[in-house]
Amino acid sequence: MEGGSKTQSGMDKELDVLIIGGGIIGTAIARELARYKLEVALVEKEADVGWGTTKANSAIVHTGYDPKPGTLMAKLNVEGARLYPSICEELDVPYKRIGSLVLTPSEEGFKTLEQLKERGKINGVIDLEIITQDRLLELEPNISKDIKGALFVRDTAITSPVELAIAFRENAEKNGVRFILDTTVIGFEIEDRKIKLIKTDKGYLRAKWVINSAGIYSDEIARLAGDDSFTITSVKGEYALFDKEVGDIVNHVIFPLPTETSKGILVLPTVDGNLLVGPNEHITTKEDTNVTEEGLTEILSFAKREIPSLPMNMIITVFAGLRAKELKRNDFVIEPSPLVENLINVGGIQSPGLSSAPGIAIYVTEILKDKGVKLLQNPKFIPERKAIRRFANLSWEERSKLIAEDPNYGEIICRCEYVTVGEVMEAVRRGANTLDGIKFRTRAGSGRCQGGFCGPRLIPLLSQLLEVSPEEITKKGKGSKLVIGETKR
Amino acid sequence: MKEISTDVVVIGGGPAGLASALRAGELGANVVLIERDFELGGILNQCIHTGFGLSLLGIEMTGPEYAETFIEKLISLSNINVLLSTMVLDIKDKVVYGVNRRDGVIAVKTEAIVLAMGCRERTRGALGIPGERPAGIFTAGSAQRLINIEGLMPGKRIVILGSGDIGMIMARRLFLEGAEVLGVLEKLPYPGGLTRNVVQCLEDFDIPLYLNHTISEIKGRYRVEGVVAENLLTKKRFSVDVDTILLSVGLIPENELSKKIGVQLDPRTGGPVVDQYRETNIDGVFACGNVLQVHDLVDEVTREAYIAGEGAVNYISRKRRVERIIQIKAGENVRYVVPQRLSLPIDTPPYIYFRPQEPFKNCQILGKIDGKEFLLGSYEYARPGEMIKIRLKRELLDSNLDIEVSLIGEKE
Repeated sequence: MEGGSKTQSGMDKELDVLIIGGGIIGTAIARELARYKLEVALVEKEADVGWGTTKANSAIVHTGYDPKPGTLMAKLNVEGARLYPSICEELDVPYKRIGSLVLTPSEEGFKTLEQLKERGKINGVIDLEIITQDRLLELEPNISKDIKGALFVRDTAITSPVELAIAFRENAEKNGVRFILDTTVIGFEIEDRKIKLIKTDKGYLRAKWVINSAGIYSDEIARLAGDDSFTITSVKGEYALFDKEVGDIVNHVIFPLPTETSKGILVLPTVDGNLLVGPNEHITTKEDTNVTEEGLTEILSFAKREIPSLPMNMIITVFAGLRAKELKRNDFVIEPSPLVENLINVGGIQSPGLSSAPGIAIYVTEILKDKGVKLLQNPKFIPERKAIRRFANLSWEERSKLIAEDPNYGEIICRCEYVTVGEVMEAVRRGANTLDGIKFRTRAGSGRCQGGFCGPRLIPLLSQLLEVSPEEITKKGKGSKLVIGETKR
Repeated sequence: MKEISTDVVVIGGGPAGLASALRAGELGANVVLIERDFELGGILNQCIHTGFGLSLLGIEMTGPEYAETFIEKLISLSNINVLLSTMVLDIKDKVVYGVNRRDGVIAVKTEAIVLAMGCRERTRGALGIPGERPAGIFTAGSAQRLINIEGLMPGKRIVILGSGDIGMIMARRLFLEGAEVLGVLEKLPYPGGLTRNVVQCLEDFDIPLYLNHTISEIKGRYRVEGVVAENLLTKKRFSVDVDTILLSVGLIPENELSKKIGVQLDPRTGGPVVDQYRETNIDGVFACGNVLQVHDLVDEVTREAYIAGEGAVNYISRKRRVERIIQIKAGENVRYVVPQRLSLPIDTPPYIYFRPQEPFKNCQILGKIDGKEFLLGSYEYARPGEMIKIRLKRELLDSNLDIEVSLIGEKE
């Protein structure tokens, strides 16, 4: 198996940079740093990248009209959004510029839309247009007739956050970054206000610089190093995902009027053609990704007011994610730690964190440069990465050719999303070692039967490919085994 | 792309596909039977319990044995060509496109199509059950496949949500494998499956059935650690420590391919709207088995598939004569009726299939036409979990008017 480094053995040499946390931010930084001649590693507590906030958000690349001018959010969002098209092309990740609509149900709401438009101008976002009901209904025929108009943002895009994190990882790995998965940072050894040693549950690591991009846990990581300069509040958002059959009930990202702290409950198509509704906003603990009955009612009844024809019997799954908010600043916290010399905090990356990720990666690199880290170009840097070929998206001719080359592409294992054994094998080659790892790389199990058909078939297949017993196969790493052993014989 | 042509393509090699292919083949048509698994039989292969064949063949057998009786006959016919491990991805203008390892993409040009894709299980997500999303949540059919085909045990302490037949059968199966089955929760006041399964799978093994109960929370971040069960009448909640949840909360006819070719579906059955020959609104496209309506007994699937297989052959040989079409409507206390329409004239009054809305006792089934009522039959009990099959009366077929089928009785 390529990919996933296993232990710290062989990590005796001091790293230049250790990144803590393999979400969209950590992996984006890893890939950015791979451009330079640096010894870089990334440590992640889960078995794969992108399994925290990255896997449960709205998957939108915002243009940046919304954040308060002058904030890091405003600056990095606009910067990130500008970089997205080329990054997604280089890394072969879905990116669809579908545009968004901010709806107003009242005449007074047009004032807010004007303010948003003005804010957008200050932030450097062009192509914002306020439209009336007639035009809105042309663009979105399923929207309620109670909606009076909207702010039309043509450049809003959607992407696939976990695929992007995986792509960042694969590309960073190819360019020399090491990924230490399934490993939790449990403490630091500090000397003269500097991190000397990073303690993990699998051993020690040494690094000149530590970047803390631990998402919801970034304040805890900072505190382990004696830095209490910021606090993360965990804010849960619940979502419902609908069958592809109704994926085109809207064509744009549909926003309500925003509040000061939230963009509200959205309705949008996903890059894979499903329909997504959510999120709500409830302060909670760092471990709580429970979906609640009340929460579902809240998001669905809200969405139903905007889209009256929303078919509730077409929901295929529900989930919840956590946003890492720094409520005091209400901005990203991206700065050298005020208390620990070689620690850089990248915390409070709530929305528009995904949109800002490429901008954040560059910004963090600049902080390192300011701190005197020598950034020599890595002449061998390869910017491109190819995605696993999606059988479902190929033409008949391409399918014929692919099966002739490798018959494993002629065997469909996920009947809902038309995923082949060939794709599963490729995902394993690229480091997937769990059912969720396969799902995020190939979509096997993410369709309408939610793994009912492919699940029992994938367990023995993974067992064979990974050369471990079926009892060792997990859904999502430690503690999530799928079967307990063989039946009576 | 490999191209072949035939008279009839049957999609799906489960009980419906087997019987319709067999009947079409026996009547002399060239048949291509396409099955996505590596063997014929479909879900029957994982149904190693008995209870199959009693009504149709007069002997009780296991699922694989039942399948085998059809497979043996089928492979003896040289005009039936079976494509295994072949998944149909698309249908366009009577060309069926599939893929497999050997041929790559294969296009089968045909005169008639029999849809026999079966159904899938409703999932946790579709129900929106609150809680975390750990490992250890399986649909009953997935667990059945794991245990009976792969030989793998999903867990030790089990709770089952939904009292569908597969759920109850799996309660017994898991018990026999040494697991602790703590109960079956059913949100309705009556069981979802057959009475015989309540007795033989739950009562005989002292597995409690909690009616009016559901799961209001799933606990455990990585693997299931427990559930909170809720009594929907008293709102009382209690926790149960389990490592596995099985879901038997309904089956959905799998009509994604049907929709691609414009087959009209009945929102009540989830399956195509058909006439008594099981022909859909698309000429020469037939449907049978669980893709048409979710059955309780495989014997009835087979009977329905024979009708569809014969219908396909008669379509090709232009033997049908359709002068007028009438609708059969679900009336009072009737959830749905299959077939939904009749192509007339017709020699013998056909059977219709339906389910009551709720459990009833001492009931009568009436066929109404033009204000007149005809008694079709009487039943001591009628329950949603048990499909009713009854023959229409000659008098209902003489006019051009639609028929309404209703049920009157005492609520149980």
